[in-house]
Amino acid sequence: MEDRISEEDEYEELADDQKVAIGKWFLLNAPPGQVSQVAKDVREVLMDERLYDQAAKEAFPEYNVKNMISLEMPDGSGQVLLTEFGQLDRSRYLDPRTASVAVVDHVKQVCTEVRPADDEDLPSAYVEGFRFSVDAALMKYVDDAFQGGECSVYCTKGKDVEKSGGEFELTVVICNSSYSPKNFRGGCWQSVWRVLINEELRTATLQGTISVNAHYFEEGNVQLESSRKFNDTVTLQDGKDAGTTIVHVIEHLESVYLSSLEEQYSNLSDRTFKELRRKLPVTRTLFQWDKALQLSLTREITREFSNKR
Amino acid sequence: MEAAMDLMRRMPPSLSQQALDSLLALLPAHSSQLLSRSDQPLQVAWDEEFDKDYLLCDYNRDGDSYRSPWSSKYKPELEDGVQPSAELRKLEQEANEVFSIYRDQYYEGGISSVYVWEPEDGKGFAACVLIKKDGSDAGDGRRGLLQEGSWDAIHVIEVKEDEDHQFGHYCLTSTVMLALTTANQSSGPFSLSGSITRQMESDLSIENGHLCNIGRLVEEMESKLRNGLDQVYFGKTKEVVFTLREPLGVMSATSHVGQSLQRMIVNDLGRSR
Repeated sequence: MEDRISEEDEYEELADDQKVAIGKWFLLNAPPGQVSQVAKDVREVLMDERLYDQAAKEAFPEYNVKNMISLEMPDGSGQVLLTEFGQLDRSRYLDPRTASVAVVDHVKQVCTEVRPADDEDLPSAYVEGFRFSVDAALMKYVDDAFQGGECSVYCTKGKDVEKSGGEFELTVVICNSSYSPKNFRGGCWQSVWRVLINEELRTATLQGTISVNAHYFEEGNVQLESSRKFNDTVTLQDGKDAGTTIVHVIEHLESVYLSSLEEQYSNLSDRTFKELRRKLPVTRTLFQWDKALQLSLTREITREFSNKR
Repeated sequence: MEAAMDLMRRMPPSLSQQALDSLLALLPAHSSQLLSRSDQPLQVAWDEEFDKDYLLCDYNRDGDSYRSPWSSKYKPELEDGVQPSAELRKLEQEANEVFSIYRDQYYEGGISSVYVWEPEDGKGFAACVLIKKDGSDAGDGRRGLLQEGSWDAIHVIEVKEDEDHQFGHYCLTSTVMLALTTANQSSGPFSLSGSITRQMESDLSIENGHLCNIGRLVEEMESKLRNGLDQVYFGKTKEVVFTLREPLGVMSATSHVGQSLQRMIVNDLGRSR
């Protein structure tokens, strides 16, 4: 049989920018934790160092932020999460917890330097009080529920509000990813909660998105992707810690999400999978192969018979 | 080439078509190897003469044309296209009839095609059984549970008879590819996609004919693959999620919370002594 690609296509080389775009596409779609292996493969299939460097330079910053990777800060003050909410420019990311700015090398995925943040990048003392209280409660929750997970709380609107009565937005980010080639598995959990705090109304309005990805690849390749959005409003009471109240809502909604996932999985075996293929035939017994041949012959004869009439 | 295959394995199954297209564009010299080593969802064609759908694969292809198992004609038309021998064609016709009934009973819809050919070494024969089902609400889904739902099964069987023509040696390689997204709007999108491949060999008496044996093997293999996906692969992805975020409130000796609680209790006990 001839080859599907005709001769003239075979020698048509892609333009350099098309090759870079392909390399970038593979890097951006690398599963959590597997970007370095994918990079190795991309370098080999591109067969051109210069083009690979170009693809890596374009893909890594986007990949790192999309996957919210965390990097060890060289001054020993902990991990910095790379997210769009803390991004100051292409290579500088704010770590609100330590009020510092991390300078990163995207392609190497390392943090090269830590500097104190400029005042203009930090919220007012008043907003920081709220941010700190949410962060403290969040760290406790993440420590309990996400083994090895990272979290951060950013002020994303109204950071200059100075006194009671104003409105500002905090963005809570939780990210936990794992990759274990030995066990043929990997996955990533990301949740982003935008919390609009209105001091006058004493309310916090939450808008959250949880997205989850899981990959299992022992003698096969199966992947789960799921996400869910939530909205909720909570009253902030006098004398009660705002951070605890807000994080409690997040914890509750994330547990709700997990139960709905559990339900989806249990429906899968009993009902959903039936839409693709049943466990047993409609007859509820194994297929009668010896009789089927007879049956198909009968069908054929009947058909021929009715055609003749 | 190995790097390219590694990329195919690592990319999300839902993007495998795009990954393959990119690699084909990048490595045109390896196109036939790439195509034969990576499984893609089956394409469908229409046999006007029999008013029936059929499935396309490398085994019913000659040049750019594909042979229908119903009329045995190529589309686009091909005058001197490869045809199976009269004997194999008879087996092919019977197999297509029987597997249509099998498919109806297990799949409640879908499309199936069986192709039979003589292998290059001229010994015995080979067959492939293809089944495709669109289980979505818009397709052949009966229960309205899936927004997207595709199942593609590819079974390739090599058959060799012993000298006395008493037994057949059957070697089966099967791949199932699936992609599903549930239609439950309130809980957000939930998608599973993937593929698995398994092999099976068996020596069977040909007393009841090859078709019976091939049928039983394919049926057993499909049940195995379906169970594997359902019980093992889907279950593992769930395990991954529940390790990333533990179901709080459900304490177990192995959970993080359970362990730290255990430590606290042990410490307390130590102190009170």
